[in-house]
Amino acid sequence: MHRANISIWFFNGVLLTIYGLMIGGYGVYELIGGHTPPVVLAYLHAPLWWGGGMLALGLLYCFKFAPGKDDHAPRNAGGRKR
Amino acid sequence: MTMLLRPQILAALFVSPSPHLAHLAPLDFGIIAVYFVMVIYIGFYLKQRNNTSEEFFLAGREMTAWIAGLSFISANMGSLELMGWAASSYQYGILAAHWFWIGAIPAMLFLGLVMMPFYYVSKTHSVPGYLKLRYGESSRLLAAISFAIMTVLMSGINMYAMALVMKVVLGWNINFSIWVSSITVALYVALGGLRSAIFNEVLQFVLIWAGALLIPILGLIETHGWAGMRVRIQHNFPGQDLTHMWHGLGSFSSNPMGVHWTGIVFGLGFVIAFGYWTTDFLVVQRVLSAQNLRAAQMAPIIGAGFKMLVPIIVILPGLLGLAVLPHLLPESVAAHVPGAYSYNEVLPLMLVRYCGPGLLGLGITALIAGFMSGMAGNVSAFSAVWTYDIYQAQINKRAADSHYVAVGRWSTILGVLVSIGAAYLVMQFASIMDYVQALFSFFIAPLFGTVILGMLWKRATSAGGFWGLLAGTVTSVSLYLWVHFNPAALADVAFSVHAKTMAENLYRALWAWIVCVTVTVAVSLFTTPKTDAELNGLVYGATVLLQQETVPIYKNHWFWAAIVITGFFILNIIFW
Repeated sequence: MHRANISIWFFNGVLLTIYGLMIGGYGVYELIGGHTPPVVLAYLHAPLWWGGGMLALGLLYCFKFAPGKDDHAPRNAGGRKR
Repeated sequence: MTMLLRPQILAALFVSPSPHLAHLAPLDFGIIAVYFVMVIYIGFYLKQRNNTSEEFFLAGREMTAWIAGLSFISANMGSLELMGWAASSYQYGILAAHWFWIGAIPAMLFLGLVMMPFYYVSKTHSVPGYLKLRYGESSRLLAAISFAIMTVLMSGINMYAMALVMKVVLGWNINFSIWVSSITVALYVALGGLRSAIFNEVLQFVLIWAGALLIPILGLIETHGWAGMRVRIQHNFPGQDLTHMWHGLGSFSSNPMGVHWTGIVFGLGFVIAFGYWTTDFLVVQRVLSAQNLRAAQMAPIIGAGFKMLVPIIVILPGLLGLAVLPHLLPESVAAHVPGAYSYNEVLPLMLVRYCGPGLLGLGITALIAGFMSGMAGNVSAFSAVWTYDIYQAQINKRAADSHYVAVGRWSTILGVLVSIGAAYLVMQFASIMDYVQALFSFFIAPLFGTVILGMLWKRATSAGGFWGLLAGTVTSVSLYLWVHFNPAALADVAFSVHAKTMAENLYRALWAWIVCVTVTVAVSLFTTPKTDAELNGLVYGATVLLQQETVPIYKNHWFWAAIVITGFFILNIIFW
């Protein structure tokens, strides 16, 4: 049985990384393919930079709070070190 | 229950919605699906760490200040917070930001600096539990029952808000939205208890910002900044002051809310804000989960820092709506105009305005996350109060600890089901937030009077606490009914015929608090107080507080509180 010592910040990192890949990836597709959605300020290509920012932040959190890093995980998981 | 089944309410649910604003792309569905998978996974993941009632209801008291602080603020950031206040800022302008600044910051700091030591040192499991220690069983029961009622009603409000989003933006069936999200919340809270709720609330906090922050960014780009936005608002609504916070509060008739500054300062800033942020167990429960007293004191201060920023994603979109979507109508009018939209829909309308595939899914997920965090907060608090303060105190006092954990899990599910029913009630009210304020003044304002006297005045007695709380609550409900059946009474309750619903709520809360305090003091003076020994750990002046270790200034809670209150004053001056 695994122990509950994954940091909440790692969960955050995973979610942001996945979303960053999905939204940023669409932003690239939108930019290259010219599929501009019918929204105001579409020319700013918000999915590209917003998704890219989420991806960068997500990867940072995934790396910094990876479950193997015992010095961070229990403390930031809000749990006692076991 | 008959009220919940009134035919017109049910009929309204099944009426075909007006043409919806957007279609979700497969990418958007993927984003929503990832979120649901993640929150349910967290619930299952944390299930193994909920063997005792302390772990289930208070997350083992192991949370760091940051986690408790973000959870503290996130539990309050339901979809109601997002949609309701965006709607209010469209309706009342920047005055709505008072609920985030003077209506929150001083009270949150007071909780951390003054009240938290008593809550934490007394080792209470809940706010009604503190009343039991301080005043006795009758006060606890009264507070627990009123809290339980308020909590499930709040959940219902959250559901209504989310159902509106799904109806307006996606055309989804209201019942489908409510049931899928509710079952998910019930699942992860029943499995992982408060720890799961807190973990998810931190996740939801990040998600809400990620999904909602893009709206004000793009909105300000479109309007060419704050100054450009103000010019457009003045052009769209000539003669109305919608961008000053204090400027028009000199009289009831010179601002769109119909409120006087005394109502904002004393009704909102003192009674309602202190009542909510210091005695509502929904938020206090998060802080009680902190790993030590220092973390418990820092958590509300961290929360206050973030609370000051929330208007960026809530109030600003409403103001931007005034600039770029000037034709929204009150709910009661929009319902009868084909193709029209109401104030309550301003946030999803802004979302659709700026967000295409992917970002739209993220924004919708943020609103769903807001709904879930609000609902999880309500049901986890309901579960704790029901189990500790009603079931254990009144029904089964001597069961095994594991039994109470099981009761907690089942009461979580029960709370979700009752709040689904409550959602039907909410649909009768034109303005979501007005209703919430009415609820606050019923229960929270008098409760604050009872708790604050209990903490700061040794002479307050058990009888005083009970009768004061009861008198305050009865006063509040009575004033509400008086104005409801005789609108002319508004001039007496809120001091002006120009007062509007929001203002009425503020003054009603103030009256309820005054009556509560007066009755508590009067009864206490004629009854026998507890001894100092009995009040140790519960009351200022009778408690020897633990000496905390010396820490560097950047870890000192007084230092950070000073930073936050300075920011609070600066913001109020900037937007005066």
